[in-house]
Amino acid sequence: MLRVEDTEQTPVNFSTELIAQFADIVSRYPEGRQKSGLLPILHLVQAEYGWLSVPAMDKVAEYLNILPIEVYEVATFYTMYFMRPQGKYVLEVCRTGPCEIVGAGKIMDYIENKLGVKEGEITPDGLFSWRGVECLAACGFGPVLQIGPEYTFYENLTPESVDKLIGDLKAKASN
Amino acid sequence: MGRKLLLEHINVPGINTFDVYRQKGGYRSVEKALKTLTPEEVVEEVKKSGLRGRGGAGFPTGMKWGFLAKPEGVPRYLVCNADESEPGTFKDRYLMTYIPHLLIEGMIVGSFALGAKTSYIYVRGEMMPQIRILEKAIAEAKAAGFLGKNILGTGYDLELYVQPGGGAYICGEETALLESLEGKRGNPRIKPPFPAIAGLYGCPTVVNNVESIAAVVPIINDGAEEYAKIGIGRSTGTKLISAGGNVRKPGVYEIDLGLPVEEFLYSDEYCGGIANGKRLKAVVAGGSSVPILPANLFMKTANGEARLMSYESLADGGFVSGTMMGSGGFIAYDEDQCIVRNTWNFTRFYHHESCGQCSPCREGTGWMEKVLHRLEYGHGKMSDMDLLVDVSKKIEGNTICPLGDAAAWPVASAIRHFRDEFEWHVSHAHEATT
Ligand SMILES: NC(=O)C1=CN([C@@H]2O[C@H](COP(=O)(O)OP(=O)(O)OC[C@H]3O[C@@H](n4cnc5c(N)ncnc54)[C@H](O)[C@@H]3O)[C@@H](O)[C@H]2O)C=CC1
Ligand SMILES: Cc1cc2nc3c(=O)[nH]c(=O)nc-3n(C[C@H](O)[C@H](O)[C@H](O)COP(=O)(O)O)c2cc1C
Ligand code: SF4
Ligand code: FES
Repeated sequence: MLRVEDTEQTPVNFSTELIAQFADIVSRYPEGRQKSGLLPILHLVQAEYGWLSVPAMDKVAEYLNILPIEVYEVATFYTMYFMRPQGKYVLEVCRTGPCEIVGAGKIMDYIENKLGVKEGEITPDGLFSWRGVECLAACGFGPVLQIGPEYTFYENLTPESVDKLIGDLKAKASN
Repeated sequence: MGRKLLLEHINVPGINTFDVYRQKGGYRSVEKALKTLTPEEVVEEVKKSGLRGRGGAGFPTGMKWGFLAKPEGVPRYLVCNADESEPGTFKDRYLMTYIPHLLIEGMIVGSFALGAKTSYIYVRGEMMPQIRILEKAIAEAKAAGFLGKNILGTGYDLELYVQPGGGAYICGEETALLESLEGKRGNPRIKPPFPAIAGLYGCPTVVNNVESIAAVVPIINDGAEEYAKIGIGRSTGTKLISAGGNVRKPGVYEIDLGLPVEEFLYSDEYCGGIANGKRLKAVVAGGSSVPILPANLFMKTANGEARLMSYESLADGGFVSGTMMGSGGFIAYDEDQCIVRNTWNFTRFYHHESCGQCSPCREGTGWMEKVLHRLEYGHGKMSDMDLLVDVSKKIEGNTICPLGDAAAWPVASAIRHFRDEFEWHVSHAHEATT
């Protein structure tokens, strides 16, 4: 959901490297079909800034020569795009049936307790947030979670493997 | 022992690289098709093979290719559906992760057959690692002359691109996928026209599942007759089954269509039985969208014969005592699993994933979720089961795309086969929640 105050965020300027990647994406479609690049470009922008601010989306609209609303409606339709800041690492746990029957609910409870924040909230150190997501096409290896922007998978989760993962990420962040 | 047509080399070290894949006979079908066959002959082979769409609907692939419109001067597209999001299904991710060149090879042969000069593989955005794997495989194939301009000196040009989705189950529905590929929200289009007439950018387009495209490779290599010898009746060839839930050995298995379900479930070559020595309670045979069956109905067809893993046998008995092959997402439930909870979970999923265009789907899935939630949490009424069936009937058949049906069937079948369990949740409300 877009909020009014979001429109007053600081303007962004994309780096020349990022613009070069946009151009590469747009070259994949026929002349005049540059809008096809919208989803991949939004992924790149989110990987750069951690979420999609209104000024960032406006800038994408400008680049693709489409209306800002065409970007907002897409960004809000798809679940992978964040409309507000997140923790540095977002733990996305599959909560759908096949994972649920092998213990996804317990793993989400464990993560909630371990991080001390509710679904969608950010830990005070800014490092983590977490949320339940739908089937990740890894149902035979549940419970599973993924972490963007590279969407690395962690399968067959146990409380011990969650402890290790969180410990490793903390160590990585402090280096 | 089942034959391995797709997964034969899956355990060969380095099979994800072009060189090893090529040493194992990879890209032969491209050489054969481009150098010795016409596009029409390739389509004819696929028709004769009897291959049916592995994305879930089971529509004959060769026939679909034959329906592709070919107006003068208008580009045609082949789009691979790698959106794999159906709960219980994880075969496409597996195939792309471990043997990406098989998909690339199939895409080249398929694009040649359809006369496509630009093709796309639409991969769900969460599969970023698989997107990287495919991009690397494409670069390798291109460097070796199997993609790009004048492939193998035959004059055929093809560019192949990978497109990420944004996280939306509905984008697996082919017309929603095409909308998404055009940079829009994933709202399904009304069919007809089918994509074969008006698809990507309004041009003739074939959308095929990852596994369907991969299966073209052995069909061209070994010939349609060989492929069609495998299987039973109109279910020819091999099929990847994603086995999950409470089986002892979850994973992706390639089976000959027609394998008895008993053997699939209990033999050590496949699922190896139910985990922790428990008993089987129920099965969802083809992904969350197909009807759930209790163990006894699952094992036998309507007239008491052993049920087989084939399109026809799984559907035997219709909605009374049958189910569907679907996408091959096989979920086994042991005796401890709660059908009410599972049905609520699936309905929550469909409500979350409804694109919101049609009111029966948008409102109906939300309503069913609410009722199932109150049943699961001890606030249900005896009349709720009829209410659920009533709502599910009002969704079924009244929507633009089959997501509505897919949300209705699991609910209707769970109540049909497990009504006593739902009633127990009402009569034992305080116990049900614990
Ligand atoms: N793999 C997965 O993750 C999922 C798979 N599904 C499966 O999807 C199925 C429904 O898919 P739909 O595409 O809606 O089924 P459909 O029956 O409308 O179409 C199947 C294919 O045949 C083509 N086709 C059918 N009639 C045609 C004609 N007259 N001319 C040209 N082409 C024609 C369609 O374009 C499509 O590619 C369900 O049965 C379900 O099992 C559903 C959800 C997820
Ligand atoms: C809600 C919904 C989701 C779907 N998801 C997928 C999917 O993830 N992968 C897929 O191949 N087909 C999916 N399909 C089926 C496609 O619409 C289409 O039938 C298929 O891609 C055609 O390829 P095939 O003939 O090779 O199976 C879905 C259909 C519906 C209604
Ligand atoms: S049935 Fe549901 S998902 Fe399909 S078009 Fe209608 S609202 Fe969208
Ligand atoms: S249900 Fe969790 S990955 Fe499919």
